[in-house]
Amino acid sequence: MNILRGAWVILAKDMLIEWRTRARLNALLFFSLATLFLFSFAGSSDTSLLRQNAAGYLWLAVLFASVLSMGESFRIESENSALDGLRLAPADPRSIYLGKAWGNAILLWTLAVVLVPFMIVLYDVSLTMGLPRLLGTLALGALAISAPGTIHASIASNARARDVLLPVLLFPLLVPALLSAVRATALVIEGDPMDQLTSWVRLLIVFNVIYWGLGFALFPRVIED
Amino acid sequence: MVTQIIITVVVTAIWVGLLAFFYWGCERGVEKPRLVGTFGILGLLLAVSGEYYGLFVAPPESAMGDVYRIFYVHVPADWMAFMALSLNFVFSVAFLFKKNWRMDSLAEASAEAGLVFGIMGVCTGSIWARPTWGTWWTWDPRLTTAAVLLIAYGGYLALRRFVDDPEKRGVWSAVWAIFAAVDLPLVWFSVKFWRSIHQTQSTPETIRDPRMQWSLRWNAFAFLFLLIFFVMSRYRISRLARETEMAPPPEALPVGGHA
Amino acid sequence: MPDPLEGAGLAVDVQDVSKRYGRRWALAHVSLQLRPGDSLLLTGHNGSGKTTLLKVLSTTIAPSLGAVKVFGSDAKVDREAIRRRVALLSHANYLYEDLSAEQNLRLLARLLGDDAQAQVPTLLDKVGLKARAAHAVREFSAGMRKRLAVARLLLKRPQLALLDEPFGELDPAGIAQMEGIIRDLKTGGTTLVLATHLVEQGQALCSRRLHLSEGRVAQQ
Repeated sequence: MNILRGAWVILAKDMLIEWRTRARLNALLFFSLATLFLFSFAGSSDTSLLRQNAAGYLWLAVLFASVLSMGESFRIESENSALDGLRLAPADPRSIYLGKAWGNAILLWTLAVVLVPFMIVLYDVSLTMGLPRLLGTLALGALAISAPGTIHASIASNARARDVLLPVLLFPLLVPALLSAVRATALVIEGDPMDQLTSWVRLLIVFNVIYWGLGFALFPRVIED
Repeated sequence: MVTQIIITVVVTAIWVGLLAFFYWGCERGVEKPRLVGTFGILGLLLAVSGEYYGLFVAPPESAMGDVYRIFYVHVPADWMAFMALSLNFVFSVAFLFKKNWRMDSLAEASAEAGLVFGIMGVCTGSIWARPTWGTWWTWDPRLTTAAVLLIAYGGYLALRRFVDDPEKRGVWSAVWAIFAAVDLPLVWFSVKFWRSIHQTQSTPETIRDPRMQWSLRWNAFAFLFLLIFFVMSRYRISRLARETEMAPPPEALPVGGHA
Repeated sequence: MPDPLEGAGLAVDVQDVSKRYGRRWALAHVSLQLRPGDSLLLTGHNGSGKTTLLKVLSTTIAPSLGAVKVFGSDAKVDREAIRRRVALLSHANYLYEDLSAEQNLRLLARLLGDDAQAQVPTLLDKVGLKARAAHAVREFSAGMRKRLAVARLLLKRPQLALLDEPFGELDPAGIAQMEGIIRDLKTGGTTLVLATHLVEQGQALCSRRLHLSEGRVAQQ
């Protein structure tokens, strides 16, 4: 059983569970929408300012939702010690990491994509550089959140105060990735007269490579004795 | 150019020296608290004399007058924070390679010491920014990175508090510290890139007056001794705490039971 | 005392194992040797270390001190090989609440390899869950979950079966059925370690016995 095949099995399992508990996904979506709304109330109602900050609001909403969804992703594993069951099957811990992290990334990307029309309406933005570029940028950001998020969600799920601990552990680590994702998304929305998008996208790719590499290498140490 | 090389070599030598010193010295410090105290006293003396020098002997700076003098605290504090946290990274990696409990205590001690100096650095930086640029905060790469670093290592200490099993605590905090240490340069680069689009800040990078240079070096060494004092004290606490936390190997009973 | 088992291919070889959780030693200086096909009854009060020993044997956790070898594979070096041949039935049932019984089994089957898939319907039938195969585990009673956990164990066709309180949560019919399954495992040549408070049932099924007290092996 090679690592990729195992990862696929675990990814499929997680997707199946998400489907069967899709009521929870709806709740997550409404939570993100509420967050998007609240940001506009928290700032001034100046529409040009809202438009400028739209990308930031979108990513913050996704970030907050990510903590909930990644926490849940590991709650189902600790509920009946199912993660131990996977380990003992045997499944390579790296397969478990890849499967769960990709699953989290897909979920976050889907959430971000669903939020886009709401962002367009609430903050009066347009997709200046086109939808495909936006989808790609959202994907890179989702991957960059999921890679460190998955490993730290695993750590937090076994510690006390797990709900508080995950954002405490994760948010400082995500600053560079989040910054790049927001900047890149803002450029895709507003337009890129000085051709900076490539640089930000490149940064995002570098972050992804580093985070995924670290996560892949270190996850076995986290879940194995 | 030559000065740059000399400085780099000296700093690296100090760093490596610190690494070795902590590895062997901290364990000694557990049994000999007076040794630890000596560093504290030395550090205090150097710091007091260093501050005196910085406040009264060093000349006022051309652009900022007397306001700049806080940088004799701010810069060494930042340096020590980065020293401590880079050492934390090495100790964490070492702990993952070989479960040597000394490394875990060293990692914990250096993280806390780094956090203390980091807070000092950010606070003094903020106090300095106010009269200089009119704001309490600027988003320049150094200050921003330092702030993220503080929040991050606060998280490290929170993680250690919330994990009860000592073995898991050691492994998980080491894993997280590695993530954090790799991440810090990324924070720096991304903020630098972000700021380069907006505006650049000016800081007094070039110090030409020898009295200023001496004052800075003196204070740096003072803070180095204080760093050693903090790490050794904290190491001691960590080691003693662990002794109560982890029972020694059980005695073998004379009567064996073989199934 | 000369070791009568020296030179034989041991199923289980536990050498002076101790396991610490913080201040407490859950296991202390435990040694144990089993030949293939042996059946061991593991007894002891709650907290005596039975579950910990089973976790160590299954490589769920690693010992703090000492060495564990299962079918010749060292737990420090080749955990995967051990895990392929060992199955643990524990207090936790390793199930996903939101998946159906069948989906839970198929997940394990997919991780085990292609030929395991074919066994799934047979096993569901064997443990009496055929009618509820498509229902989510969330709706199951404690006894049904136990039966599904047993199906999971049988799916692996283990050479070493570790059973931690297998009769818990079962009614008398369930207990009888479990005894039958255990006997089938024995007949099939599976090495067995059975931890249970039901000493009578245990002694009927097992040829050897080990009693743990405060993490140590107690004299018989």
